[in-house]
Amino acid sequence: MHRTSGRRAAVLLGAAVLSTVTACGAAPDDAAGPAGGGAKSATATSAADFGGMDALVEAAQKEGALHVIALPPDWANYGELIKAFETKYKIKVESENPDASSADEIAAVKSRKGQKRAPDVLDLGIAFARSGAAEGLFAPYRVEVWDKIPAAQKDEAGRWYNDYGGYVSIGCDARRIAHCPQTFADLLKPEYKGKVALNGNPTKSGSAFAGVYAAALANQGSFADIQPGIDFFGKLKQSGNFIPVESTPATVEKGETPISIDWDYLNAGYADQFKDKGVDWKVAVPTDGVYAQYYSQAVNKEAPHPAAARLWMEFLYSPEGQNLWLKGYARPVLLPAMTADGTVDKTFTAKLPQVPGTPSFPASAELDKAKATLAEKWDKAVS
Amino acid sequence: MSSASPTPTTGTAGGTRRRRRGPRTWLAALPLLGFTGLCFGLPLGALLFGAVTRTDPDTGATALTGEHLSRSLQGPYLGSLVGSVQLSTLTALLATILGVFFAQAVATSRSRALRDAVLTASGVLANFGGVPLAFAFIATLGISGVVTQLADLTDLGWNLYSFGGLTVVYLYFLVPLMVLVILPAIDGLRPQWREAAENAGAGGWQYWRHVGIPVLAPSLLGGFVLLFGSAFAAHATAAALVGGSVPLVTLKIADALSGNVLVGQENVALALGLDMILIAGLVMAVYLPLQRRSARWLR
Repeated sequence: MHRTSGRRAAVLLGAAVLSTVTACGAAPDDAAGPAGGGAKSATATSAADFGGMDALVEAAQKEGALHVIALPPDWANYGELIKAFETKYKIKVESENPDASSADEIAAVKSRKGQKRAPDVLDLGIAFARSGAAEGLFAPYRVEVWDKIPAAQKDEAGRWYNDYGGYVSIGCDARRIAHCPQTFADLLKPEYKGKVALNGNPTKSGSAFAGVYAAALANQGSFADIQPGIDFFGKLKQSGNFIPVESTPATVEKGETPISIDWDYLNAGYADQFKDKGVDWKVAVPTDGVYAQYYSQAVNKEAPHPAAARLWMEFLYSPEGQNLWLKGYARPVLLPAMTADGTVDKTFTAKLPQVPGTPSFPASAELDKAKATLAEKWDKAVS
Repeated sequence: MSSASPTPTTGTAGGTRRRRRGPRTWLAALPLLGFTGLCFGLPLGALLFGAVTRTDPDTGATALTGEHLSRSLQGPYLGSLVGSVQLSTLTALLATILGVFFAQAVATSRSRALRDAVLTASGVLANFGGVPLAFAFIATLGISGVVTQLADLTDLGWNLYSFGGLTVVYLYFLVPLMVLVILPAIDGLRPQWREAAENAGAGGWQYWRHVGIPVLAPSLLGGFVLLFGSAFAAHATAAALVGGSVPLVTLKIADALSGNVLVGQENVALALGLDMILIAGLVMAVYLPLQRRSARWLR
């Protein structure tokens, strides 16, 4: 999908590529190589290809390092995940450019083909996972718990699968705001003049984009129609409620963005972070615009540490890894399965903001259309 | 004077002189030319290539296309170019005028201490930009900023997160830059010229109209172009302050090149980069002949 011309062409092309991919999705299974052997690491599609988990661990430890990119330590508890992986397997995690974006990750994969500095694994926004798979950048690999990942959350060929996510939420500094807003409709009230912010520009930031999408759902929009969300922020801007400054931990602490629309796990994280600093940060998932999104994991096809990359995936999808995300208030993709089999850590689930029902996700084409509409209309609505 | 005015004039003059001396001295410049060619030529070439070609993801074939360029001149992309030009022109004009007044005040005060203080401060402030600058402004003049709260600026219609707010923030680093650029030129205005003009019966305005401003013109123009470029290329400050609500081309490039939302927009970003180079080239194309002309008055 990369470098195509018009958005429409991109949508059509992407859809075409995706459908062919699904058609021959079973292929990598049959192509599985013989067990064991360092050279085979790069083509292994499951732990069984190594000859079981122990052999995988051994192969990974022989490589000794894992190169990751774009994993901010204060995002969904990644800091602790990395540390836990290092201590458990004695493999050094080289973390580069933690604040990079999905586009930067894809660029790093392409520009460092065959280099030792190439990222081994990727944490991507869903659109980038899809386009990267279509371009053949990822190695198919199925973690041991593959079957428990819901079908809608994974690429049938195993080139990417969702890992953790959350809901769009409204964070609010209860010391500065008398009545914290609970819904998108609330945000229009005059008492919130000059107080409502997004986590960045929605044409660039994934969580800000999700905020607009959720606002669309709250205002008679749909996955196919994001326009009401754009209009909603236009209205917020006109009433003076919306401030375009990008909400960050710094602006939250300072009180410049007393109401911030962001992922619930980031807002919940702020609440912990600022408890001692005089900020009483409350988190509400707006009932009128429930929107959830997950990020995806993928293994670089030309990973310099292919076995370590695969071990990292196994670790992330193990109960230990999934619970660590949960500790960071993110909802791991295996949460339903782990709730059923009892491996989930209940102290963490109890702390999650309660959301009724199960989330649904936009189709690839709907997502592309929403983004195209947003890129076209956002500037005019808020300037 | 010519030493104070920005390089193009001196560069051209030096170039002609050197050429007369024969090819051997020209050889000495080869490493420089090679370095320039490599460090400016390669990225420019890559930018140009990406802006006018498209690679088919299925076949891997690369073909020429004008699509990226035409898209970069439409809709919100065009809006961002216009927005950037407007903001840069306005801030550069204001900063040029303010900078001249400050520099003139410093030059005529004859206080060594003031002069040193202003020059040092200008040197520091001209390089104070990016996110730290944005946050400094948020803390003082943002909605819950100290000054905003004390002076009830919001009731007076002040809003940092707007075109006007951004203009003020840009002036914060552009004015000191102008002071640095123009002060040597103002120092070059000899007091005797003023005395001569006064002896001939000229008033203050007449002196500036017929002597001061024409003599300063090349430096003023050079300063304006420098400020325009500085404002035109600024990115981080604006990104932290106004996000997408004041359309700027540098923000659009960042969105397209390195974001979490839009996929496959890299070539449009390159095309926008090319547009920026063209605009900067246009400004230079206006500036160079004007500067050559005003430089002639000085001989």
